[in-house]
Amino acid sequence: MAGPLPLGDPAPPDGVLPGSVLNDVDSRTLAFYLHVPFCRVRCGYCDFNTYTATELRGAKQSDYADEAAAEVAFAARALAETGLPHRQVDTIFFGGGTPTLLPAADLIRMLDAVRTHHGIVPGAEITTEANPDSVDAAYLRQLADAGFTRVSFGMQSAVPHVLATLERTHDPERVPLVVQWAKDAGLQVSVDLIYGTPGETLSDWSTSVDAALATQPDHISAYSLIVEQGTKLARQIRSGIVALPDEDLQAEMYELIDARLATAGFSWYEVSNWSTSINSRSRHNLAYWRSQDWWGIGPGAHSHVGGVRWWNVKHPAAYAARMAEGVSPAVGRETLGREARELERILLNTRIRDGIAIPSLSSEGRVAVAGLIADDLVNAKAALAGTIELTLRGRLLADVVVRRLTA
Amino acid sequence: MSPKAVKALEPAATDPSFIRNFCIIAHIDHGKSTLADRMLSVTGAVADRDMRAQYLDRMDIERERGITIKSQAVRMPWDVDGQTYALNMIDTPGHVDFTYEVSRSLAACEGAILLVDAAQGIEAQTLANLYLAMENDLEIIPVLNKIDLPAADPDKYAKEIANLIGGSPEDVLKVSGKTGMGVEALLDRVVERIPNPVGDPHAPARAMIFDSVYDTYRGVITYVRMIDGQLSPRERIQMMSTRAVHELLEIGVSSPEPVPTKGLGVGEVGYLITGVKDVRQSKVGDTVTTAAKPSTEALPGYTDPKPMVFSGLYPIDGSDYPVLRDALDKLKLSDASLNYEPETSVALGFGFRCGFLGLLHLEIVTERLEREFNLDLIATAPSVTYEVTTDDKKTVTVTNPSEFPSGKISSVEEPMVKVGILAPKDYVGAIMELCQGRRGALLGMEYFGEDRVELRYTMPLGEIVFDFFDHLKSRTQGYASLDYEPSGSQTADLVKVDILLQGEQVDAFSAIVHRDKAYAYGLLMTERLKKLIPRQQFEVPIQAAIGARIIARESVRAMRKDVLAKCYGGDISRKRKLLEKQKEGKKRMKMVGRVEVPQEAFIAALSGDTEVAKDKK
Repeated sequence: MAGPLPLGDPAPPDGVLPGSVLNDVDSRTLAFYLHVPFCRVRCGYCDFNTYTATELRGAKQSDYADEAAAEVAFAARALAETGLPHRQVDTIFFGGGTPTLLPAADLIRMLDAVRTHHGIVPGAEITTEANPDSVDAAYLRQLADAGFTRVSFGMQSAVPHVLATLERTHDPERVPLVVQWAKDAGLQVSVDLIYGTPGETLSDWSTSVDAALATQPDHISAYSLIVEQGTKLARQIRSGIVALPDEDLQAEMYELIDARLATAGFSWYEVSNWSTSINSRSRHNLAYWRSQDWWGIGPGAHSHVGGVRWWNVKHPAAYAARMAEGVSPAVGRETLGREARELERILLNTRIRDGIAIPSLSSEGRVAVAGLIADDLVNAKAALAGTIELTLRGRLLADVVVRRLTA
Repeated sequence: MSPKAVKALEPAATDPSFIRNFCIIAHIDHGKSTLADRMLSVTGAVADRDMRAQYLDRMDIERERGITIKSQAVRMPWDVDGQTYALNMIDTPGHVDFTYEVSRSLAACEGAILLVDAAQGIEAQTLANLYLAMENDLEIIPVLNKIDLPAADPDKYAKEIANLIGGSPEDVLKVSGKTGMGVEALLDRVVERIPNPVGDPHAPARAMIFDSVYDTYRGVITYVRMIDGQLSPRERIQMMSTRAVHELLEIGVSSPEPVPTKGLGVGEVGYLITGVKDVRQSKVGDTVTTAAKPSTEALPGYTDPKPMVFSGLYPIDGSDYPVLRDALDKLKLSDASLNYEPETSVALGFGFRCGFLGLLHLEIVTERLEREFNLDLIATAPSVTYEVTTDDKKTVTVTNPSEFPSGKISSVEEPMVKVGILAPKDYVGAIMELCQGRRGALLGMEYFGEDRVELRYTMPLGEIVFDFFDHLKSRTQGYASLDYEPSGSQTADLVKVDILLQGEQVDAFSAIVHRDKAYAYGLLMTERLKKLIPRQQFEVPIQAAIGARIIARESVRAMRKDVLAKCYGGDISRKRKLLEKQKEGKKRMKMVGRVEVPQEAFIAALSGDTEVAKDKK
């Protein structure tokens, strides 16, 4: 996960959670995120917790699936010892890094561990991220046969110079192929795009959006490029090698994709996510945004259960050592107070279409709604019906809306 | 070579003919404090084991910056030809802002050591104080210091000094305060050349206050030079300007630690303690007499110090306002020339409008407030006193742009100063260009020695209070030195330029400037603010205006995008903490109409530091 680990309280070695997580547990589903912290090369913009072969300091990629499976088993014990009722898993997401850098068998072994120790709800959503150049038809078929239901391709762009700036190595021509293979295997498909890369023009972006649509996915995510501290891209911008992406241009790019996707029959359900139907929304991501319980497996992974957040050691070697000892890989955690939980609820749900019921807001928040409508940030009709729904302008200024709702 | 005096003369019983009162005139860094230290140790006034560098400079700031802010006096014994003398060295403040205090210190002396760095030559401030000393008919003893330095050129500068004060270059003594070389000869010269004080021992007592300092434990310590008569312990004394009577709790001399004495007689220099808690009751230049047998005629030369430069001081953290108020109240006890009154600003909150003697005074007060009271302060651009006459013949004194009348103005009077600038001749062109750009009128130009020039100008004070010295230094690679003195006033075409954000005036940025420069000022501030004000949801026009007329305009375009694209896993904590921080930061946001401006932006705009990140998150 991005950035340095937050400061927090120490986490106990047995992973047992405070009793407060038992409150309202019946209203929460359980999800698993499985982090795969490996990449063949590191992309210049990426600050995720991922490692290339030379950076692993003795941690072995081939041992990783077993270590992750060990944490899945550890999770089952810790949740049970906390006194939480047994819950089958609703959604599972493999992210990275590059999960598909591992053999399909490894991903399947990790998935089987979840099935064995927790059980999986029938009809669960099981997704993996994939690099267009690290999978083929057979690989995708294997995943589908093992129970995976969805794949999310890191397409990013269809324009070679943009991919080069991002240091993505895949051939854009390959994207339609892999999407077709995934569909042939019966998987739902999402493609992820990045906009606002240095040097990217509006017409480059238009090309990428059209290329993404041409593959006819079920789901599209589009994230503006964020320059994270400590990345190569940040250094290049600082030294003037490339120019910082212009925010106004990014706004135009957002407006372009939103219009283009609407025409193609997609509708937005979160500020950066569009789908062809309710059924093709990412249930796993919605679980994050609706503050469900989710356990993150792997180095640097974050978890959230009933208002308690924790995060694991970052380096795969340190993680491997913890798993070998059978102690919790968590290095810190925080228990959110009532106010913090409410703040998170608003900050996450404002971004979701129809995410917040106006009566659930504080009186100050309710008062702010009129101003938000007047400033064309919130849809008036939806507000009259009792929910906050961002306008197009409001989605681009979602953080402003959150600040005003929580002021 | 004279030995140390075996036995010092008894104060209150010293024949004036064996007293010598002198001061040292020197530029900052020319080694006055080091020389004074050396004199203290050579005369045995301070035992070697008690010696520390810059003994007489008590405030941290004085010692660190190597400048004397407050003067002090010290009595040293010295033998010449078997006769013991009492030498009173009065340490004068070295800066133009304290000219009045300097003039009173000089009035307490019969002679002055003109101390010049043998590697640098005379500087403008030294020159100004030298002229002041010569006007006071002081005997001048020229001395070149730091002759041990490899870069010293004593022959060159001895000639320069001789040209300036008359006499021959051979008369210029050569010393090193650092090694002690020549210091004894200098003390002998003081005894030989400087006239002894003369006064009437039987007349009613008259003592001139040349300094007054506040001590936390003892209250105000008043330094005086006896002119006539005698003062004794437990006597009731009277301040002639206010007629206030105080009991003399202690009287003594500094040698250099305070030593109580049986009194002070004609020509002697010493201190008085009355238990008064505020230096305003013991003003520099005032005459002290006895309540029992008061003198009828005060000594000449007393004036109330008048602030020349005004600036608003605001705590960066608004909750520090009471601390600032208490701090100013305390500083006032030791600084009679500090003036202040409460002021509020839309941009900066609650603060004080303060009057200062000059720019260094402003800087020293700000620094003392920050250091001694642990405050973080922002100072508004310095301003001067304008006399504004409106069309209906009313005259308003304006020390703050916000007081500038809004109606029709018939005339504005601004304070003028005579400026003296000393620099190597290669910089004449650069200096002239700068001064002309600041509405200076050349009065004259004079060469000293081979390569140095004094340029004299009359200029509006308002033109030099804002960054003039910085520009002067940078255009002359630091070689120029500057001095100025008040010189009446003139009528000028001055206007008030206001800066507006979305039509709302931002008081801290209003300025009174010459009409010809109004546009440049407007442009400067609007461009600065454009860089500093974060984008809002709407476009924010930034305008500069004279009255209702807009003279410059910029705008901050509306923010179109403010959303974190990705919000998964660990992002959620990060985002929440960011939001919590923003909510905290919002308390530090100032609202100008609907526009949210971080206080840092105001501060950066005032200081000209536009590099500060426009960090809204």
